[in-house]
Amino acid sequence: MRLNLRVWRQKDLADKGRMVDYSVEDASEDMSFLELIDVLNEKLILQGEDPVAFDHDCREGICGACSMVIDGQPHGPQKATTTCQLHVRQFSDGDTITVEPFRAGAFPVIKDLVVDRNAFDKIIQAGGYISANTGSAPEAHSTPVPKAAADRSFAAANCIGCGACVAACPNGSASLFLGAKLTHLGEMPQGQPERYDRVVNMVETHDDAGFGGCTNTGACATACPKEIPLDVISQLNKDYLAATVRGKRRKA
Amino acid sequence: MSFSDYTVGAPVVDKAAPDGPIETRWERRKFGVKLVNPANKRKVKIIVVGTGLAGGAAAATLGEAGYHVSSFCYQDSPRRAHSIAAQGGINAAKNYRNDGDSVYRLFYDTVKGGDFRARESNVHRLAEVSRQIIDQCVAQGVPFAREYGGLLDTRSFGGVQVSRTFYARGQTGQQLLLGAYQALERQIHAGTVDMYQRHEMLELIIVEGKARGIVARDMVTGEISTHLADAVVLATGGYGNVFYLSTNAKGCNVTANWRAHRKGALFANPCFTQIHPTCIPVSGDHQSKLTLMSESLRNDGRVWVPKRLGDDRNPNQIPEDERDYFLERKYPSFGNLVPRDIASRAAKEVCDEERGVGPTGLGVYLDFADAIARLGRPAVEAKYGNLFEMYERITGENPYDVPMRIFPAVHYTMGGLWVDYDLQSTIPGMYVAGEANFSDHGANRLGASALMQGLSDGYFVLPVTIGDYLASNKLPEVAPDAPEVLEAVNSVNERIDTLLSINGTRTVDSFHRELGQIMWDYCGMERTEEGLRKALDLIPELRREFWNNVKIPGTGAELNQSLEKAGRVADFLELGELMCLDALHRRESCGGHFRAESQTEDGEAARDDENFAYAAAWEYTGRGESPVLHKEELNFEYVHPTQRSYK
Repeated sequence: MRLNLRVWRQKDLADKGRMVDYSVEDASEDMSFLELIDVLNEKLILQGEDPVAFDHDCREGICGACSMVIDGQPHGPQKATTTCQLHVRQFSDGDTITVEPFRAGAFPVIKDLVVDRNAFDKIIQAGGYISANTGSAPEAHSTPVPKAAADRSFAAANCIGCGACVAACPNGSASLFLGAKLTHLGEMPQGQPERYDRVVNMVETHDDAGFGGCTNTGACATACPKEIPLDVISQLNKDYLAATVRGKRRKA
Repeated sequence: MSFSDYTVGAPVVDKAAPDGPIETRWERRKFGVKLVNPANKRKVKIIVVGTGLAGGAAAATLGEAGYHVSSFCYQDSPRRAHSIAAQGGINAAKNYRNDGDSVYRLFYDTVKGGDFRARESNVHRLAEVSRQIIDQCVAQGVPFAREYGGLLDTRSFGGVQVSRTFYARGQTGQQLLLGAYQALERQIHAGTVDMYQRHEMLELIIVEGKARGIVARDMVTGEISTHLADAVVLATGGYGNVFYLSTNAKGCNVTANWRAHRKGALFANPCFTQIHPTCIPVSGDHQSKLTLMSESLRNDGRVWVPKRLGDDRNPNQIPEDERDYFLERKYPSFGNLVPRDIASRAAKEVCDEERGVGPTGLGVYLDFADAIARLGRPAVEAKYGNLFEMYERITGENPYDVPMRIFPAVHYTMGGLWVDYDLQSTIPGMYVAGEANFSDHGANRLGASALMQGLSDGYFVLPVTIGDYLASNKLPEVAPDAPEVLEAVNSVNERIDTLLSINGTRTVDSFHRELGQIMWDYCGMERTEEGLRKALDLIPELRREFWNNVKIPGTGAELNQSLEKAGRVADFLELGELMCLDALHRRESCGGHFRAESQTEDGEAARDDENFAYAAAWEYTGRGESPVLHKEELNFEYVHPTQRSYK
């Protein structure tokens, strides 16, 4: 099948960038979307042009490296599917598909479809962990965890840190990402001692990084390839309020 | 002289290996290790390359201990290392099931599962440490599967008879890696670890015979930088991507290890690769990677092909008596649950007989119809729903209605840089951890053991043993303009300039695909003298063409993904040759290495303990030059070698 691609090309951060039209004549419905870009790139290289830069690694939907806004939607039209798992059979012969980077103030474009998501690491550094030095752990069965809590924790821990929630949000907020980590750790008994410091430090780092505030549009949870439930944002707000009442302030 | 020649050098000896009763060896080694004064630790600098389970855990733990750590990864964040994709679980000898498990049984199963080509001391330590790993991960908040009483759930995995595998749905690797990643981020925040993401190590710096730093390229700006340290840890994963198509992430590569090998680190058992039986088959020339379907599917799925050659009916129309359930037929006692190497080879055999299924003929059915009839669709959905959805996304076929098609794919490499008991390579001050080293899995890795080894090395072994080197060596500061440093930088720059100047007519990927095909055809599931010799002719030819005809657009001073790939493929083109030579010299079958010339009467792998009970550690002597083989004799004092049988 033949597919037309309108792809965002931007040489580097300073470049203004523009959409460029390409077509792939010999696309196969069994290709993944990234394989479609591979085919385009092989052609561009042989024509002496610069191939389209994009982030990708595991290509099985778990590492969170792949991004791309496809036809206006982060990771494209298929529900609960990362770009690397999206297949060309979701499109029809002759379609024109627009491909852009994840756009957000906190995710500057590095080149073409590659953006800098380092702000996510900064948020985790601020408190997205349980402090347990290697070797200091008690026997694993000394603290039972109710199954329901473990399951909710896992559902939130499922987040792959891709940033689709930010790209989907009209405010460029990372609240779903934040809420997912806070819920993952907050559901565990091991996560309690640092619970309120964690939420304050992570939220304030999030704000400093240039992510916007949450206005509950829910676009994030719709775009999330791992279907992180929207209620993790309620958890975030609840914990943040409780922390404020306790007078928690960010550590220097 | 052709590359298929090699010379045999002096044996390589593991000087760090303790002796005495095996259950006390690790205790005694820990006591024997010299300690670094806590006040001095912050002055000691350690480079850790790679942020998967081994590297992430090591960097975090060394940071907690007070060392000054620099951590490197090629991904945009350390959280994306490929450990994240491991599905099944992690073994640990906790014996929570009271089913007779013990450290000794895990040790025994691992030595036997590795087909008696791993070191007993290392494997016993791995089994001991496995218990601490679970404690550590639970303390970090890893959301393992739990039972209603709140205690940890386990399952049996990979053909062992006890339930010792801890898991977090089908995403155990992800959850364990996020635990290590979060511990690492905590140390970055604390200032003990400097993180260099989107940086690729391109050279090792050796000064006065000791590893003292690396040369790295910033993949965004192209800047080449040097990083000096007192010790270097490589935790850079496996080299399965030499086959082009594998279950590895696209970026997985051998470059860091190969650069170290070229500078003197011995490379052990490179031909020991694991081919996983349950992957989604190749669908066309565009294929860029292969996707694993969890091994757990074989608990309920039945593997079959049509009995009749050329039977291309819809599988649901092929009556029961015209199907060949070949695993159940050949291995009545283990059936569909035989170990990975055996299941893979059996699938290859029926495809060689041209009874394979699907458009390419390279596939076999994995059929859930019986399980659905027996358990009901909801039960099957609860167990495997995610995997069925993933299969449907990729193939467009619904496995509830038609049998899945599966085919073996390259998954893991047991070989790697040679290390002693302390995980130190033959270059003093350079340590190797996780899949990147060769030490614990012998010729075949058991399911759910990769995560165990990565975390064992990273959290518990390396942070202890590296102190011995640091405390017992005087390591004067290396000047940034020392001749060895400048030489390393120059060689990196020259190599990049050469690659960019070729401006030929073929893309990097086209060379990589061709190399992968050669490796798959001649150094894959079945290896023969003739095939390996052929590969040893084809690879140098392809390498010559690569260096004369590769086309890489752009410059070195920018994000240039073609250039990144070219450097990696150039190293794969050298590694592939060594793998074939190693496979050629090992005239026995063992684990994942099947030599057609060495099989029993009924077609099973025949080991040759008299001649090959050693690890083959190869010394580099120059590109395309004959390497030198150093043997490390393997002694089995506790687990006596027997022929594996799953009949």
